Amino acid sequence: MEYENVWILGEQNNDEIDVVSFELLKRGRELADKLNVDLIALMPGYGLESEQLEELIHYGADKVISVDHKMLSDFLVDPHINVVTSLVNKYKPEIVIASATTTGRSVAPAVAINCHAGLTADCTGLDIDDETGNLIQTRPAIGGNILATIKTPNHRPQMATVRPHSNQPLTPDNNRTGEIIREKVEGELLKTRIKQVDFKPIDEEGGNIQDAEIVVAGGKGCSKEENFEMIEKLAELLDGAVGASREAVDLGWISYPHQVGLSGKTVSPKLYVAAGISGAVQHLAGIKTAENIVTINNDPEAQIFSVADFSIQADMFQILPLLIEKLEKRKQSKAQN
Amino acid sequence: MKLIVPIKQVPETSNVKMDPETGTMVRSGVEQIINPLDLYAIEAAIRLKEKFGGEIITLTMGPPSADKALREAIAMGCDRGILLSHKDFAGADTWSTSYVLAKAIEKIGDYDVIFCGERATDGDTGQVGPGIASWLKIPFLTYVSGIDQTNQETMTVERNVEAGYQILKIQKPCLFTVVKEINFPRLPTLKGKKKARDIEIPTWTPQNIDVDPENLGLNGSPTRVVKISKPKVSREGEKLMPESDQEIEDSVGKLIEYFEKLEII
Repeated sequence: MEYENVWILGEQNNDEIDVVSFELLKRGRELADKLNVDLIALMPGYGLESEQLEELIHYGADKVISVDHKMLSDFLVDPHINVVTSLVNKYKPEIVIASATTTGRSVAPAVAINCHAGLTADCTGLDIDDETGNLIQTRPAIGGNILATIKTPNHRPQMATVRPHSNQPLTPDNNRTGEIIREKVEGELLKTRIKQVDFKPIDEEGGNIQDAEIVVAGGKGCSKEENFEMIEKLAELLDGAVGASREAVDLGWISYPHQVGLSGKTVSPKLYVAAGISGAVQHLAGIKTAENIVTINNDPEAQIFSVADFSIQADMFQILPLLIEKLEKRKQSKAQN
Repeated sequence: MKLIVPIKQVPETSNVKMDPETGTMVRSGVEQIINPLDLYAIEAAIRLKEKFGGEIITLTMGPPSADKALREAIAMGCDRGILLSHKDFAGADTWSTSYVLAKAIEKIGDYDVIFCGERATDGDTGQVGPGIASWLKIPFLTYVSGIDQTNQETMTVERNVEAGYQILKIQKPCLFTVVKEINFPRLPTLKGKKKARDIEIPTWTPQNIDVDPENLGLNGSPTRVVKISKPKVSREGEKLMPESDQEIEDSVGKLIEYFEKLEII
């Protein structure tokens, strides 16, 4: 058979391998085991140590293909796409999965065009068809109102992106061993028509809702910008990040990087607190993978109740100030002890 | 400058109703609108034209009724529109859609910048923009949140990524997919509406553009939707409905107990 093996597209973040790479390995491992083929991590980057590349094996890869070049240190689009395209053409993997990060969402569509591959975005489920061995891809569409099951019957590779942080990585096994293949790239492949002239990091508190353990989010129910401070205060007391519904962002109460939902970010924190958020399907799609959901809303019809683990149906302006007061007292008494 | 804005007509999905029996969308009475995220691409093109002059051409692939979306874009400030409509185009996935749009843009020719929305609110893939650029072999940037400088040969833009903003210099011609942060789309003007009503919108079919019939429509699409189902998102949670002050106080106490159980406080 010409096309073989399952690939994941690894990503580097500063000097480290981005956690999304390990998340993908868990998804990839399941597929490779079903097909009884190798799971290979393609890792374009710059300056990663051998021990770091071996981590990919500990997290489930059978082999790693490492491409190390200075031109791959910043994401400049062109070199990444050229390198991945050329290696896909060389090795002919049957399946390629990438994370639906800003990088993966740029590289995967371009590689799909270059390699005449089928690509399905933002899959929530990946499986193998027992009969045909085809990849079965499930994804939400139309604002999360439907789940579509998609196949790529006649084209290879079958490509898919998966939402970052929609699953945990496997527990690393430090005894796993595997080959690290170092691919040299040069010349045309590294040419770029895009240059990075600067990088402005996002202020910590807003930018990191995707990595936060706890997210406290507010919505239209806050009624006005000043009231959003309650959300921020509660987030601070719980050591959490601040999230928001699309309405709150559209009304200008808080900036877009805080937006949770289909047109914002997907979060999977340990605890998601939604106050004054009715829970449109688009919003629910972004919090489905949260471990615990707490909601405070005074509308008995609010859809958010259907996904919550703990709900208080009451006026958030009665609940939140009291909650904040009690948590503050608790903190003070803890500090005194 | 010649600016191109490919757009998509989508169902107004914010209040979408699903048929509980079939799990499909109730289409009757659902308004068709310009993909809301495309409005930011249209606005970005209009602002560039206001600064440097030129022409904005908007195009869409869809049924004949999609010409309404083009007219709305013209009412906002685009100069002319092209409708790509033919039964052979129908059922295309992002691979085939980006192929047809790229071929149409090739025919328009001599363009400087292509602006796309980040993604469409129905299909929600964000793949067509990068796909068009790949077919045209021009550089592209996704998630563009600001345009800093525009020169003869290059543009400098901001790109919103997970950790912050990349400031990037890109060679023209190029394609951008833009995010909400980039601008605030304007409303159509009265003059624009009049122009949009009267303008003639040509329809292009496979005969008008240099396409390989093998790459068109459902048959030319690598991916196939094989099943549609209804997502299940529901948990069995505890729900309190406090009314009196005492009940409010108790419910907050219970919430704190819940936090303690999760070991987060």
